[in-house]
Order: sequence, then structure tokens, then C-alpha cells
Amino acid sequence: MKKPPLLLDFEKPLAELEERIQQIRDLAVESGENANVSDRIRDLEARATQLRRDIFKSLSPSQRLQLARHPRRPSTLDYIQAIADDWMELHGDRGGSDDPALVGGIARFAGRSVVMLGHQKGRDTKDNVARNFGMASPGGYRKALRLMEHAHRFGMPILTFIDTPGAWAGVEAEHLGQGEAIARNLREMFRFNVPVICTTIGEGGSGGALGIGVGDRLLMFEHAVYTVATPEACAAILWKDASKAPQAAEALRITAWDLKELGILDRLLPEPPGGVHSDPVGGANILKAALTEELEALLGMTSEQRCQLRYQKFRHIGMFLEGATPSSNGRL
Amino acid sequence: MSLFDWFANRRKSPPIGQEQQEREIAEGLWTKCEQCGVLTYTKDLRANQMVCPECEYHWRVFSGDRIEQLIDPGTWQSLDEGLQPTDPLEFRDRKPYRDRLREYQEKTHLNDAVQTGIGQIDGEPTVLGIMDFSFMGGSMGSVVGEKLARAIERATKEGLSVIIICASGGARMQEGMLSLMQMAKISGALQRHRAANLLYIPILTHPTTGGVTASFAMLGDLILSEPKATIGFAGRRVIEQTLRQKLPDNFQTAEDLLTHGFVDAIVPRTELKATLAQLVRWHQPPQPSAPLVLSEPVPVVEGERG
Ligand SMILES: [Zn+2]
Repeated sequence: MKKPPLLLDFEKPLAELEERIQQIRDLAVESGENANVSDRIRDLEARATQLRRDIFKSLSPSQRLQLARHPRRPSTLDYIQAIADDWMELHGDRGGSDDPALVGGIARFAGRSVVMLGHQKGRDTKDNVARNFGMASPGGYRKALRLMEHAHRFGMPILTFIDTPGAWAGVEAEHLGQGEAIARNLREMFRFNVPVICTTIGEGGSGGALGIGVGDRLLMFEHAVYTVATPEACAAILWKDASKAPQAAEALRITAWDLKELGILDRLLPEPPGGVHSDPVGGANILKAALTEELEALLGMTSEQRCQLRYQKFRHIGMFLEGATPSSNGRL
Repeated sequence: MSLFDWFANRRKSPPIGQEQQEREIAEGLWTKCEQCGVLTYTKDLRANQMVCPECEYHWRVFSGDRIEQLIDPGTWQSLDEGLQPTDPLEFRDRKPYRDRLREYQEKTHLNDAVQTGIGQIDGEPTVLGIMDFSFMGGSMGSVVGEKLARAIERATKEGLSVIIICASGGARMQEGMLSLMQMAKISGALQRHRAANLLYIPILTHPTTGGVTASFAMLGDLILSEPKATIGFAGRRVIEQTLRQKLPDNFQTAEDLLTHGFVDAIVPRTELKATLAQLVRWHQPPQPSAPLVLSEPVPVVEGERG
């Protein structure tokens, strides 16, 4: 797999400007002329702030996709460690495997015990290989189900974090029932009577993302994406040309704003200027505040109300026309 | 005379000239099997539910044929026929989605890739959903999701079993994330049906892949499949490309899934109706054959037990 660059093309002008500011600062320190350049630096910094805002305001869907896949973008474990007061990772699907591409455990959050789980991409190449680039196997989905079942039994809210290119496509995954594992999660997640909040933190890749994505509320970071199929796969199938991925990314409507408009996303989480990868702590604070707020609202409902809310949320997704021709809808 | 003898006799019909034969194939009088190459009189093939009498190859059939094959004549009531697909994303690849929809609607005389309804299978009322591969590869968009969810909800309300004939390449990319979410929507409806202790049987037919496999195709209380159907989550070619290895011929076949425990039984199409009727019947809650009469309490006579 090709290693993605740490600096994306559209980030380069910004990086150059920041480098220049640093150079001037260093020179000033060396020559002891701090006072003389401070106006200049302030001016350049204002320009950098403006440039950052402009670049990140007008990103194309395929640029957002690059950000969502950014190797420095905080992962599930980064966020859990940042937002939980305490945390213990738990392992295994109780069926013979422990998938490192889907992690989970019990955390203390907002004064209570919760189950947190999510896809886990690697933090470097070696870690990525070990974690299969965040592409979970059937065992991963079954571990998630087992942990959610635990949450349901002990009244712990469930917080899931979505960040995967897709479920793993391999011979063993097929033989172990990748389809069945995801399908079962989709069905069972409607049953749990505790609050379920799902957050797309980076890449929401198709069924592999949805496999832990059925909740009362769907949250999503500003530069995260959620796709029915990767733009690359979509381009290869519909355009018969994988290089048309940027067009596919545009056409598929994969950004948080698109999902909001389509009635899928409940809450968009704004990212710090420059994206969460340039300010992970800022990102974690935004996530923590949003989850705390959403959780509080959900805990104010009865479990019946929440299950009804969850059912109706998904029940109403979809667009079609009705009544163009009379339906022969009737009882036997 | 058994059906087999009948077919054998048919095949004994006098050999015809090469030229005449080719003309008759072109006219559709005879059909050449895609698998074994044997010619069958098309009327006979249809009478055998499009299963080759020679090699049991299962031809693809339209949803309308399935209704005829499974539902007792005169009992079919279709549901939500008026539901029409739209183009929520204004999607355009090499061709606008709108145009594609119109073409398929003209070609198949269907609004979208699924038919739903209530009908009787050997007298057993059931809710039936039939996906149609000939409509955009049976892909699942908003209409497929909505029709199946409504049909399942109807079954839950009326205490009926649900049977879904699956045939799909997966989610319909042209409707983007709305398509993906139909997987959750249908699974949610099935959760409520299941909570009511009602029976759901998906029938996996060639091919059942992608988002359909990762949702309602794998959620049956019992899962049946037609012989040799391709069933899988990821596409075979995707896996071959990722792993750079050639996969065995039987990979992702119904028989392979049976071996690995994801299919309860492989049922030839010609036996499907009888099998379904039997299974639905076997799952009816036990009915008391005669009204249960509670006998008067018998006074216990003390001291009789020795
Ligand atoms: Zn044949």
C-alpha cells in the first residue's frame, strides 16, 4: 500500500508560510532584534490564520477524503485516552479471535461507566500492518457485539467511533461470515436499551462502518467522510476508470454537510482550524463536549423512547416518490 | 409418467436439421443450456421453473415468475406498487441516474428492483419480497429499502412469516449514503419482527452480494439457498486483486457457505414452494386440536396411598 504523505498538497502553501514565520523568528532571536520584527510576524501570522481558514473552508470532497485518511489524524484510541477519565481495554470475541482493527472496552466518562469501541487504524506503518489499516474482520464485529451486549446488560451507554476504509475483504473473512457478522450487529444495535451514540471520526467506509454505526445519534467531524463505497471503487465500477475517483467523491455526496442535508447526520462537529490532525487536543475537547451533551439528553429519555427514536431515525432515511400510480395496497 | 420420463420422451423427438434448429433457437422455441449445452424445448424449461432438466442449472428468473412459482393462483396482493425511485443526489456517472432508471423501468416494466406482497404458499399466508436482478443488478436503493421495511412491518403487525428472495449486487451507489442506510432500516424492521417471535426466511439466489449479504440476507431464522448461487460480502475480483491470488472455483458458492455454516439448506427451485410451505407450517404456534376441557378437580382421597 502506498504511504500517504504527511503533508497534503493543499496544505503546502500554509506550511510554507508557517515555515517563513519560524525562520524570521529564529533570525530575530539570533540577531537580538526581536522588537523590530514582531510587527512583521504578527502580520504574517494573521495571514496564516486567514489562509488556513480559506483553505479549509473551500475543500473539495476528495480533499476532505484525504484529510479523513490523514496518517496523523487522531484514531479511536487517541480519542478514548483523551476524553475518558479512566479506561480499560477488553479483548476477544469469545469465538477464537481478538481483532486489533476493532478495539473496545469500558471507560469512565461524564461520571459514569460507558462502553467505548471503534475501528483502530495504526499510528505508523508497523502498527497499521498489525491493525490491518483499520479493516475489521468478522471477529472484530463479534467482539463489538459482545461488548455492546455487556453494556446493555449493565446499563452502560455505548459510544462508538467509526474510522475504517471498509470491512476486510479476504478469504478467511468470507469463510467466517463477514456479511453475517455485520448484519447481526445492524439488527441487534436496534435492540439495546442504553443510549447509543456513533461518531464518524475519520473515514466511514461502507458496511464496515455501519457495522458499529446504528445509534440514537450520529455525530461526525467536519472533515470526516462517510461513503456507500470508496470513491476509488465507485469510479472503477461506474466510470470504468479508477482515476475518476475525485469525480466519484463529488457525486457520492460523502461530506458531513451532505449527510446533514440527506437527513442522516444529527450533529456536525466543527474541527479546529487546520483540522484535528493539527490540533488533536482541540479535537478531543470538541468531541468530549458534544458527547457529554448528547449523552445527557439521551439519559433524560426512557429506554422505550430511545429505542423508538433509533428506529424512527433509520426508518425515515431514504427518498422516493409515492402515489404516481395508484397502489393496489389492500388486505387479503 | 414421471416428469423425468416426460422430459426423456420429449428429447426423443425426431432430430431436426442443423439449419432449422438454429432458426428455432433464434425464435426462442428451444433454449440451449448455459452450463451443459443441451437443448430444451423452451416451454418445457419454463414448466420446470427454468431449471435445466439435464444438469439442474438454475436460470435467472424474473420476480414475476417467482410469484407464479411460489404463490397460490389468485392469492397475490402486491404492496406499495406505487413507490417510485427518484434521484436524490442528481447523480451522474457516464450517464445520468435518471436516464438509467427510465431505461430499466421500460425494459423490466418494474418501478424498482423489488416486488413485495402478501400471498398464500400452499394455503399459508406469508409476506413475500422478491428482488429482481434484471433491474440495475438488483441494487438496493431507497425504494428497495422502503418496500421491504413496509412489508416486514406489515408482517409484524399481522403476525405473518416473511420470505425474501435475495438477488442483488449490493447497495445502489447512485443513491449514495441513502442506499447504505437501507441496510440498517431493513435490519431494524427485522429486529421488531423477530422480537414478535415471527419466522423470517431469506432465500439466497444467484447472486447475493455486498450490502444485501451484510444485512437481511444473513438475518434469517433459517437461511435457504438455490444450488450454486454466488453468495458473498466482498466481490471475488476485489479479493483476488487484494490478495493477488486465484481463488478456488467453489469460493463464495452456496455449497461453500453450507460447509462453513452460513446456510441451513440448499433447495432446488423445483422443491422450493413445498419446502417453504412445510417450514412455515412447522412454525405455526401449536393449536389445540380439540377444545381444551378442564376437568373438575378430582378430590384427593387421603390415606389411599397405602
Ligand atoms: Zn443444463
